[in-house]
Amino acid sequence: MSATGTLAGSGRESESAPYSVPRGPIWLLRDIWAEGTRHLRATIRNPDLLVFAALQPIMFVVLFVYVFGGAIQIPGYRTYQQFVVPGIFAQTVVFGSAFTGIGIAEDMQKGFIDRLRSLPMYQPAVLIGRTWSDLLRNAFTFVIMMVVGLIVGFRLEGGIINSLLATLLLLAFAFAFSWIQAWIGLSVKSVEAANSAGFIWMFPMTFVSSAFVSTESMPRWLAKAAEVNPFTIVTNAVRALYNGHPVGNDVWWSILWALGLTAVFSALSFRKFQNTSK
Amino acid sequence: MTADHQRRYPLGACDLAPIWRTGATLMVVVKDLKKRFGETEALKGVSFEVEPGTVLGVLGPNGAGKTTTVRILTTLLKPDSGTAEIEGIDVIANPAQARARIGLTGQYAAVDERLTGFENLQLIGRFFHMRKSIAEQRAHELLDQFRLDQAADRVVKTYSGGMRRRLDIAMSLIARPSVLFLDEPTTGLDPRSRQEMWEVIENLVAKGTTTLLTTQYLEEAERLADRIVVIDHGTVIAEGTAGELKAQSGGQRVEVTLSDASQLDRVTPALSEFQIDGTHESIDVDALTVTIPVTTTDRLVPAVVRRLDSVGIDVADVVVRRPTLDDVFFELTGKPAEADEDSGDQRGEQ
Ligand SMILES: Nc1ncnc2c1ncn2[C@@H]1O[C@H](COP(=O)(O)OP(=O)(O)OP(=O)(O)O)[C@@H](O)[C@H]1O
Ligand SMILES: [Mg+2]
Repeated sequence: MSATGTLAGSGRESESAPYSVPRGPIWLLRDIWAEGTRHLRATIRNPDLLVFAALQPIMFVVLFVYVFGGAIQIPGYRTYQQFVVPGIFAQTVVFGSAFTGIGIAEDMQKGFIDRLRSLPMYQPAVLIGRTWSDLLRNAFTFVIMMVVGLIVGFRLEGGIINSLLATLLLLAFAFAFSWIQAWIGLSVKSVEAANSAGFIWMFPMTFVSSAFVSTESMPRWLAKAAEVNPFTIVTNAVRALYNGHPVGNDVWWSILWALGLTAVFSALSFRKFQNTSK
Repeated sequence: MTADHQRRYPLGACDLAPIWRTGATLMVVVKDLKKRFGETEALKGVSFEVEPGTVLGVLGPNGAGKTTTVRILTTLLKPDSGTAEIEGIDVIANPAQARARIGLTGQYAAVDERLTGFENLQLIGRFFHMRKSIAEQRAHELLDQFRLDQAADRVVKTYSGGMRRRLDIAMSLIARPSVLFLDEPTTGLDPRSRQEMWEVIENLVAKGTTTLLTTQYLEEAERLADRIVVIDHGTVIAEGTAGELKAQSGGQRVEVTLSDASQLDRVTPALSEFQIDGTHESIDVDALTVTIPVTTTDRLVPAVVRRLDSVGIDVADVVVRRPTLDDVFFELTGKPAEADEDSGDQRGEQ
């Protein structure tokens, strides 16, 4: 539109913009897209954040493989890499979801969420845009991890299709955990609190699991806890897929967990968001 | 606006809500709002109205309930009872409709530091579902208007506090809201940025943007607002133009300065014949002054001096002056404005 055209229609144009708020699924998607690109743009602008997010898991891969690799033999796996790398993948994407809570808490603390809540946009887009952009960020971290894994000797022994399925399953789990973190971020309202509340429970969850050692080596009671841990279930599923082992019901259970967590925590988060009053 | 700006936008830069849209209806109608947070009764029945094209100043000290009122009007908070309408739209029943008509600049600048100024504006335009070309053109217009055009493509992290505030207001104006809410727009700014912000707001006001502005500063309300609502502890304690409020607080006052503090308490009793019934004196211990609202009398100063002299009070200075909004506030609440709930009350005048 030319400048003159806009000037001439200045009154009308400006009026029609805010007054007939368009509704419908297309606009919901547009709002999600607008909010998602806000974060992605910022992420791309500060790539050091991405690099640091990947640095810790890279260190994990290297340490586990070279420090423990020689000492730990897991029956049924050619090398310790084949066993531990999928576990570290799972831990990395789940830890990566903590950014969702921290980001939301930051937006709340700075009053940006209030600004968004005062706009005629689709309100759920604020949270959905955030979780989807964090999923993409997580996917990027995953790619870096995969490259490092391949470098240290991890191989996709289950073939491409199974590996793709495993990756999708991991990302679905990361997405579900983003919703848990979203709910935490909305509940705590400060970045520092989101940081501690977001991470603290993920350490026992990821270590009391089959991610790094087989649960058989644990004391009985701990092994029991590890076996019911959904993190163990998803780790077993993706590990079996990457290695081409029989997967049993683990895949179905992990899909159910991912769906269930997403459903419950997105509902909780939407409700919390509606009732936020800082 | 600059001459250059006028040339480029002969019709434009008009944040004015067109007359045919506003008609004669009130832009904001608030009736008996009540809101309680646990033990705190933040609002105990607040009512007021804002006419199109005018600025309402909501004036009150810390914790008066200003932000709570703004949050209710901008759909961020639901009141326990009472009604609030924007252009006839019930904000409680129809929040989405109300949101399309308002612009909010909160107490703290709500900008995305990771994006540029232009991107921040564009983002808000997208959420108003404006056409891309219109939103972009409007963004440039606002960047010019708020003297941010040089910084348009810089990341907001590099902006000064004043620039962030200006961007914040610009973001609230992108969709030409019917009512603009400014919650303490100058709190926390240094004197120069405050002066700048006042000019920015005066420009908006001159173009007829209906505005509700909260402030703790009497000077600010007096300068920017057409009408003022004074709230304290969640209640409207006075309402009117700055002039009306001053008149309400009883015309002129006499300010007596002593040479030593020991006699401060004796001044009011000595001058009771001049004092307006039912008014409070205010005593400033540091400045050694006592200020008393007085009835208009000829040759007041000599009369006051003679009176104080006759009871043996040692007077350094006597001045008669018109009331300021500070006096008004003191008059209404029995304590100085701009003081915290529990801080000392010796600061009667500035
Ligand atoms: N979310 C909340 N929870 C509990 N109390 C609250 C909440 N919000 C406000 N209050 C209380 O309500 C009262 C009014 O607060 P409000 O923020 O509206 O005051 P204000 O006039 O904006 O003050 P200030 O000038 O400090 O910004 C205060 O006593 C405050 O402590
Ligand atoms: Mg406030």
